[in-house]
Amino acid sequence: MKALTRRGLSLATAAVLLTAVAACSEDANTPPAEVPGVTAGEIVIGSHMPLTGPAAAGYSEIAPASKAYFDYVNANGGVHGRKITYKFMDDGYNPANTQTVVRKLVLEDKVFAILNGLGTPTHTGVLDFLKTNRVPDLFVASGSRSWNQPDKYPGTFGFNTDYTVEGKILATHIKATHAGKKVCFMGQDDDFGRDSLVGVEQVLGAGAVVAKEKYVTSNQNVAPQIGALKAAGCEVVVLATVPGFTALSMGTAARLGFKPAWVVSNVGSDYLTLSKVLGAGKVLLEGMVGISNLPSPVDMSDPWTAAFKKIHDQYNGSAPFNGNTVYGMSVAYLFVQSLQAAGKDLTREGLLAAIEKGGFKGPGLAPFRYSKDNHAGYGGGKLTKVTAGNQEFFGPVYETDSAAGPVNEYKEERPAPTANTIPAAA
Amino acid sequence: MSEQTITPTAPATAPAPRRALALPGFLNRSTLLRHLLLTVLAGVVLFLLTQQLDPFRNFQLATVAAYLCATAGLTLLVGMNGQLSLGHGALMAVGAYTVALTQNALADRGITGNQVLPLSLALGVLVTMAAGAVIGLAAARLRGPYLAGVTLAVAIAVPAATVTFDEVFNSEQGLSVAVEPPPLSLGLYFPNERWQAWVALCGALLTMLLLANLVRSRIGRNLRAVRDDEVAARLSGIHVARTQVLAFVVSAASAGLGGGLMALLAQSVSPGAFSLTLSLFLLMAVVIGGLGSLSGAVWGAILLVALPDLTHDTTTWVSLSPAVAQRLEGNLPLAVFGLTLIVVMIAAPGGVQGLLRRIGAGARRRAPAR
Repeated sequence: MKALTRRGLSLATAAVLLTAVAACSEDANTPPAEVPGVTAGEIVIGSHMPLTGPAAAGYSEIAPASKAYFDYVNANGGVHGRKITYKFMDDGYNPANTQTVVRKLVLEDKVFAILNGLGTPTHTGVLDFLKTNRVPDLFVASGSRSWNQPDKYPGTFGFNTDYTVEGKILATHIKATHAGKKVCFMGQDDDFGRDSLVGVEQVLGAGAVVAKEKYVTSNQNVAPQIGALKAAGCEVVVLATVPGFTALSMGTAARLGFKPAWVVSNVGSDYLTLSKVLGAGKVLLEGMVGISNLPSPVDMSDPWTAAFKKIHDQYNGSAPFNGNTVYGMSVAYLFVQSLQAAGKDLTREGLLAAIEKGGFKGPGLAPFRYSKDNHAGYGGGKLTKVTAGNQEFFGPVYETDSAAGPVNEYKEERPAPTANTIPAAA
Repeated sequence: MSEQTITPTAPATAPAPRRALALPGFLNRSTLLRHLLLTVLAGVVLFLLTQQLDPFRNFQLATVAAYLCATAGLTLLVGMNGQLSLGHGALMAVGAYTVALTQNALADRGITGNQVLPLSLALGVLVTMAAGAVIGLAAARLRGPYLAGVTLAVAIAVPAATVTFDEVFNSEQGLSVAVEPPPLSLGLYFPNERWQAWVALCGALLTMLLLANLVRSRIGRNLRAVRDDEVAARLSGIHVARTQVLAFVVSAASAGLGGGLMALLAQSVSPGAFSLTLSLFLLMAVVIGGLGSLSGAVWGAILLVALPDLTHDTTTWVSLSPAVAQRLEGNLPLAVFGLTLIVVMIAAPGGVQGLLRRIGAGARRRAPAR
């Protein structure tokens, strides 16, 4: 028994000594020295993406497309001599997983920046973490207005045209072509639906939307909502829905014999994705009005689509070429543009300053809004319409802000891509 | 002693006689003292560990600690009292949402700082206990598959409630949780993850200490008596239904604390994080870890964090075509978890802890007597 007491004592002594040693080697008061994720020959960046789970359909093709573009840039010498390594990890569209994978990327893989993290609920949860660690949080793949809070989150920038801007432009179209008709709204029960409705009511007036319905992605039955819209006598229905629920809403309406004019927000209006979901029911999409800001993936006469298709065939050939591919490549193009603008001595602060300076021109029809006090992405878009199985652009490019500002036509033309589709160094 | 050095976080729960020979007299007489000493020792070891680990490992350690609260509570319910719960993920959600709402409400009133953490965590535990009492009352009247059915309904109903009352819970998008950075007295560049690990480990150690004492007390003996034979227990004067409700309430309290800690770690809560899958994972974890003792809960909690990470590392290590890797990414951990369960059940029905105990016993038999 004495031996045991002695052993206990020695153990305690060892523990105290260890604590002392640990306290001396305290790293809590020294700031980290070099730029994480950047060496003379490499830039490591990361992302969280729904590669599996409920949102994987379509969205899982975005990150591989971005990576294909980076591979192409790397094969052509990289940016300022640095190759871009893009690590994207699956979060299954589950905010709890996003927490883990983003921490892994930032703390373990020591990425320079997070690029194009996808999803409003998923990305909202990591905003504070990225801010605390001062990681640039670039071009979030969602149209929530949360990304545009430069005072609160100085390192976060959006990419998509935000849902309010979209709502204002769609409502402008309704005002012009469906004057006097009963307008209704159906949206996702989160920032997506709410922000979009704000935009629609901004233009049409607060009382103009006769019936407002909402859905959640975990409940596949939208018959009650569509039934309510039918009962309210809606003639025009604005949908702020993800592709699966655009298809569900239209299918359910057809079953109920309800035939309003459909006006659909950008993320839920890609014809290629919708027609795949609806199959033979794709005739329901005839006349659907949508909005987009990136070139159509089927229009090979667009110089940007053609240029991206060439890179896609070489570096991402096994995947389909659709709106998600164009989206992924456009994001990657913008990231390379900002790296070029940030110059050879790459730091996190330098990159953020370069983006805040703005002035990036690329495949988008409407301009970016980046400035010191605006971190929102694209500021507009062009309407699309499905006629005889073809989704085509019509009308002018519209531009507006997320507040009470007017909806204007945007006249400036996009530049054509450079000969090798790599932005020139600043 | 061998067992304690293997699992420093687990206070002694194994039958006393073996240890009685090795410990000084005063520790042998007082369970509380013995457990307190073990907890302090485990605390010191873990404190030193957090000093050495890099931030990501500290975050994982914090997650293990949060899971441990829930798995320990579940071990008490399933292993010691013989009641099944498929709804512990939902109970964690109750704790998490309570902590989130409390933290945000306090922040709105300008009351911030880390000193409010114990308050909101305690509130989370209390609310979850109330929920556990309601479920426990129903559960005490049900047996076997019917009990599983009720708890399953809870696992599904709680996420649905966040959608129905979306003004409060903000539907599937969930809420972000206002959490303060580590206290400035620790230094300006003090890693946030180490602070999170400290908070979560405090919760886990407290849970383990209380549960270990409970298990060794009269109530613990009642729990086991009810598990082993309800009729015999009733004949010995034990109120069966009351014991079962009590087990459920205690188990719910632990799950609530675990959920609250999760909310603090993730700085957000959403129904997707507390789905039915989580409830099933928790149950699988305690079965794999070993249902017989609280030490098994430690193994279960470690597995919950380590398995997904290990499988991710394996898929990146084995070079696969991008398409296959992408398909495996989210699904492989599920498959590995299921496979581990099958293997453990065949090879070591007592779980990891049972296996270790068997190995320990074998080594003792072979070793020459001292």
